[in-house]
Amino acid sequence: MELTNENVLGKLIAQFGEENIVDAYNPDGIMTFTTNRENIIALIQYLYDDKDLQVQFLTTMAGIHFPDHKGRELCMMYQLHSLRHNFRLRIKVFVPAEDPVLPTLTNIYATANWMEREAYDFYGFIFTGHPNLIRILNIEEMEYHPMLKQYPLEDQTREDKIDTYFGR
Amino acid sequence: MATDNKTADTDQLQEFRDNRDLKLQDKKNENLTTLNLGPTHPATHGIFQNILQMDGEVIMDAVPTIGYIHRAFEKIAERRPFYQITPLTDRMNYCSSPINNMGYHMTVEKLLGIEIPKRAQYIRVIMMELARISDHLICNSILGVDSGAFTGFLYVMQEREHIYDIYEEVCGARLTTNMGRIGGMERDLSPKALHLIGEFLKRFPKVWAEFEKMLTRNRIFIDRTVGVGAISAERALNYGFTGPNLRATGVDYDVRVMNPYSSYQDFEFEIPVGEKGDTYDRFLVRNEEVWQSLKIIEQAYKNLPEGSYHADAPHYYLPPKQEVYTSMEALIYHFKIVMGEIDAPKGEVYHSVEGGNGELGFYLISDGGRTPYRLHFRRPCFIYYQAYTEMIKGGQLADAILTLSSLNVIAGELDA
Repeated sequence: MELTNENVLGKLIAQFGEENIVDAYNPDGIMTFTTNRENIIALIQYLYDDKDLQVQFLTTMAGIHFPDHKGRELCMMYQLHSLRHNFRLRIKVFVPAEDPVLPTLTNIYATANWMEREAYDFYGFIFTGHPNLIRILNIEEMEYHPMLKQYPLEDQTREDKIDTYFGR
Repeated sequence: MATDNKTADTDQLQEFRDNRDLKLQDKKNENLTTLNLGPTHPATHGIFQNILQMDGEVIMDAVPTIGYIHRAFEKIAERRPFYQITPLTDRMNYCSSPINNMGYHMTVEKLLGIEIPKRAQYIRVIMMELARISDHLICNSILGVDSGAFTGFLYVMQEREHIYDIYEEVCGARLTTNMGRIGGMERDLSPKALHLIGEFLKRFPKVWAEFEKMLTRNRIFIDRTVGVGAISAERALNYGFTGPNLRATGVDYDVRVMNPYSSYQDFEFEIPVGEKGDTYDRFLVRNEEVWQSLKIIEQAYKNLPEGSYHADAPHYYLPPKQEVYTSMEALIYHFKIVMGEIDAPKGEVYHSVEGGNGELGFYLISDGGRTPYRLHFRRPCFIYYQAYTEMIKGGQLADAILTLSSLNVIAGELDA
C-alpha cells in the first residue's frame, strides 16, 4: 500500500473514531493531527504494530506553550517516522496548564525517556509511569519551568544592574 | 501561573523521587565501589558526569548527569529575529558548525518558501561535506588517542587546520562559523577558496589513507575495539540512534538519501553500513564516510554550476553594500533586516539534515512575528547518549572511555 497522508489518516480515523483524530492539516508535507491523552499511547502502539505502516521510529518530542488557549495551554508534539516507507507524521496532544499530565511513552520507545524528562524540565509536563522523572538540563532545585511563556528573558535595555565585568 | 505548576508538581513527583531514592539504596552494595567519571575528566572530551558503580574493573551501573553547559538556546531563540539565531546553532555541534548553520537556514527558507539557486546549493554541499570530514576526523583520531595512539591525532589535526583555512576564506571565522545567510551564501567562493579546496582534495586522500592504515589493521586497536560497546539494530532504533552510530549497527538510514535536501540527489555516493554496532564498526563507518564525503566534494567542485550564490529574496537577504548607499529600496530593506523588523509568514515546518552525528532536525513554529514562536532542535547527541548506560554495563572502565569517544558525544549539542 502506498502511504499517503490521506489514506493513513483514513485508516486512523476508522480505527480510533472521528472524535479522537481531529484538526488534521498539512503544514509542510508532514501530516499533523490532534488527539487526546486517553488515546495517545494506544495510537502510537497501533502505528508501531500495524504491518502496513510500521511507524517504528520516534524522531522527536517537543512541548509548546500557548498561554492564550484557555483550557488547552500546553501542547506536546510527537513526531514519528516510518523508516520502511519514509513516511513522517506529527501528533499533538493538548492539556490544560493546571493538569499537565500525560501517559509515558517509555514502554514503547526507550528514547522517550530523556525527551520526556526534558519536557518536564522545561514545561512541567508530568508523565505517569515514567521511571525517573527528574530535571535533566536545569538544576534540580529550580522552582519553575523556564520555557513557559510567562517567564520572559531579561530586558536587554535595563539600567538598574551594575555589571562592569560584561561591559553593560 | 507559577503556583499552578507547583501544585501539579507535588504528590506524583514526590513519589518518583522516593522511588528513585529506594532504587539507589538497593544498589548500595558493600562490595561495589562508586567512581565519579567526570564532569571534567580529560578522557570524556567534554563536560559530562557519570557516576559508576564498579565491581573491581567491571561497571555494574552508571548514572549519567548532563546539562553542565546548557545555554537555553531554545528560549533565547524565541526572542531573536531569525537571522540572529544562526550564531546559536554553530555552538551546538562545534565540530561541524556549517552543517548546523545551513540546516537552520534551510528550515527558515522552507518556511519562507524561497527557492535557492543551484550554485548556492552546491557551495552548501561542499561546505557541509568539509564539515562532516572535520567532524569524523576528530572523532576517529580521538578514538586513536584514547586507545593509546597519539600520532595519528596530530597528523590529521593539521588537515583540520586546512579545512578551517577554507572556512576562514569563505566566511571569515574558523570554529563558530556563522556561515551562509537565509537565502544562500553571504559571498561567492573566491578564487583563493576554490584553490584551497582543490589543494585539499589533492592532499587529503593520501593523509587519510595513511591514518586508516595505521589503525584499521592494527592488532592493539582491534583488540581494544572489537566487541566493545556493541548495540543491536533494534535497540539502536528504539533509542532513536541516527547517523554513523546507527549505520554501524547495519541500518542504512541517511537523511541525505532518504529526504534529499540542497541537491544531494545530484551526487553519486554510497552509504557505508556496519554489522555489529560496536566501537570498531563505528570507526570503520566514519572512515568510509570520509571517503564518500570526498567523493561528493569532488563532484560538486567539478560541476559547480554558474549563477547566483544567493536567492532573489530582497525581504530576507541583505542587499549589496554598494546599493545600500545608492538606492532607496536597498537602504530600506537593509535597515529592516538588520533591525529584525521583517515578519515571517505564519507556519510550522520541520527540516532535518544529516549532521555529523545523525539527523539534526529543526522544528519551527512561526506565529507571523519577527521571531520564532517556538524553535526546537532535535539534537542527535542528546537522543543517543541515553543509551550509553546500557552500552557500558558489564564492560570494563577502559572500554567505557572508548565507547564514549566512538559515540562522538559533543557536549555543546548534548546540552544545547
